[in-house]
Amino acid sequence: MLENLTQRLGRVMKTMRGEARMTEANIGDALREVRMALLEADVSLPVVKDFVAQVKEKALGEGVVGSLTPGQAFVGVVHEQLKQLMGEAQVPLALNQQPPAIILMAGLQGAGKTTTVGKLARWLKQNQKKKVMVVSCDVYRPAAIDQLKHVAEQVGASFFPSSPDQKPLDIAAAAVDWARKHHEEVLIVDTAGRLAIDQAMMDEIKALHAQLDPIETLFVVDAMLGQDAVNTAKAFNETLPLTGVVLTKLDGDARGGAALSVRAVTGKPIKFVGVAEKLDGLEPFYPDRMASRILGMGDILSLVEAASQQVDMDQAAAMAQKIKSGKGFDLNDFRAQVAQMRQMGGMTALMDKLPAKFAEAAANMPAGSDDKMSRRIQGIIDSMTPDERTKPELIKASRKRRIATGAGVQVQEVNRLLNQFEQTQKMMKQFGSMFKGKGGMMKMMRGAKSMFGGKLPF
Amino acid sequence: MSDATDNPPRRSWRERLFAGLTKTRQQIGGSVRTLFARGQVDDELLEDLEALLLSADVGVEATVILIEDLRQRARKQNLQTPESIQAAMVDCLADLLKPLEAPLQIAPPPGSPFVIMVAGINGAGKTTTLGKLAHHFQAAGHSVLLAAGDTFRAAAREQLQAWGERNNVTVIAQEGGDPSAVIFDAVHAAKARGIDIVLADTAGRLPTQMHLMDEIAKIRRVITKAETTAPHEVLLVLDGTIGQNAIGQVKAFDKAIGVTGLVITKLDGSAKGGVLAAIAKQCPKPVRYVGVGEQVEDLQPFSARAFAEALLG
Repeated sequence: MLENLTQRLGRVMKTMRGEARMTEANIGDALREVRMALLEADVSLPVVKDFVAQVKEKALGEGVVGSLTPGQAFVGVVHEQLKQLMGEAQVPLALNQQPPAIILMAGLQGAGKTTTVGKLARWLKQNQKKKVMVVSCDVYRPAAIDQLKHVAEQVGASFFPSSPDQKPLDIAAAAVDWARKHHEEVLIVDTAGRLAIDQAMMDEIKALHAQLDPIETLFVVDAMLGQDAVNTAKAFNETLPLTGVVLTKLDGDARGGAALSVRAVTGKPIKFVGVAEKLDGLEPFYPDRMASRILGMGDILSLVEAASQQVDMDQAAAMAQKIKSGKGFDLNDFRAQVAQMRQMGGMTALMDKLPAKFAEAAANMPAGSDDKMSRRIQGIIDSMTPDERTKPELIKASRKRRIATGAGVQVQEVNRLLNQFEQTQKMMKQFGSMFKGKGGMMKMMRGAKSMFGGKLPF
Repeated sequence: MSDATDNPPRRSWRERLFAGLTKTRQQIGGSVRTLFARGQVDDELLEDLEALLLSADVGVEATVILIEDLRQRARKQNLQTPESIQAAMVDCLADLLKPLEAPLQIAPPPGSPFVIMVAGINGAGKTTTLGKLAHHFQAAGHSVLLAAGDTFRAAAREQLQAWGERNNVTVIAQEGGDPSAVIFDAVHAAKARGIDIVLADTAGRLPTQMHLMDEIAKIRRVITKAETTAPHEVLLVLDGTIGQNAIGQVKAFDKAIGVTGLVITKLDGSAKGGVLAAIAKQCPKPVRYVGVGEQVEDLQPFSARAFAEALLG
């Protein structure tokens, strides 16, 4: 159905391959794709505009790290910005108050307020061991009060009865009074759904808020909400001092762009997400998951995972054992390394996964990946004595002649091998000092992994 | 069914829609009129127009098509005045929406009620719409019976019964039980009582919940067992405030139950329901009614031109 952003970017970014940094020229198309993808995910236009401007600013001049293509690095910037916009951490409910802590729910019709009240009551009971009472101030929608009553029964919360001929303000006052007398720890107040442009109804909830003085005022919003999310959120935020947002119906296939719009407009944290109609379907909100969902980014996650998996950690560990630090690197290690490298698809393939700095150094490495060549190297080393292998500096002209004859090659080839060995040894020293010796390669591999998997926002 | 005008002094749906949209239009950087006031179709106007359409949930694909359409019309007809450009834009949108304009024809087969099945996601306004439809059909002189097929949501049955009382309509309901069975009973009851129209409610469900989509497909099959020609209309209720996910909903429900018509609700807010344009492009289904308010009479037939004018006027 919807193409995900990563795929779209992949196409655009083909032209960017080989460029080390993102420039105005090469991210233009990518930014357009971001804009389209966000709009298709129902993020509101003004929010999209601001967002794209921010991404552009961040992306410009940002280096492209390691084996990541510029496209992936760009998505990384987008993802990071999304996460930042949506709040870095999970924000819990503030309930530390002289009981009853009052939670007021507000939202459009059909957003899922009553269901959310039930879910929240259950969540508070189960996870925070709170004594919870619920009350409905929805005197408009037929059977809304009944619905809450049923829900309250199902989750085992106390229910404060109300009836459609009462005024919402009176109901609320009576409920607070009762909750105080009966030592209820949390009182959740359900309200009627209302349109942001319905002045009379907005005034009503304002009055309700003033009277209740709730510690939490939660705006319940449908994850499928379209472009109108900004207007609605703005209106509710201006009328009520919201303390948080609950995003409902997230188990549908909507991308949930509304989350971004609402967050951007109100600046209030999204505290919970509702999934499924079952009453256990309420979860704390995690910004990074939502960011991935809006981007449709499942693919890049697996891609990056795959990239770090190719650097087989077991083999790398074995290699690290051999290499130790640059000083102890001898011809035995060199021989083993050449053999191992053949298995791993050559040093070039390995180096591709490493940061650009190391890739440069790797260019000076012997072409050990070539099968014939590496067999020959092995043959030459096999013709040496154990002493010569551990102390290559022993090998002088007469020993070289003997080794060449034993391996059936020219003396020049022995010289070339020794040269290559020296270069490799030098590079291993570099690696060693780079990662403070001790277990050099292993550390380097870990460093590389964090570059693909850890530090970047995947 | 077209003779729905019962209260003469009432504002037309177009006026209501228009009133609802005025507020939003004002919010989008000045009114639409200033947008067109440039008097020529240049990049800036097209860009502003694109923003307007996107903000109305028209969606990327349909917006691109509409803008291209306007560009071509402007070139062919050499449009130079604000009025002509605006009119051309309304034409573009109206033409795109035209195929959706097909009012529901109530034609019960002999010896059977006209069975209308209502489906949609949670909170789309199914039950409310059902109540409004009941009122609408009664006003047009039909006898109506409601089937409380939402056996899942707490108090959905009570909500429908309350509507039934207000409209003086029989509601067939069961304590708990299987939705298919409730609706099966209702169709038989309607046959026995010689009632014209059966309105069958169903529980809200998201298209991703496969077991619930299977369940609603079963409900449809069971209706056909109760009356071989039924259901005569399968209405999908769409929340006018939702965005591009509406397309996915139409496709998913169509696959499960063969949607024959749409009802767009909640157009009285600041949302504009531009997603209809995207639907017209990607998965056209006739729009039978639009809901423009909470009152029973606020459910009105759809007119492509009036809708386009309200959105862009």
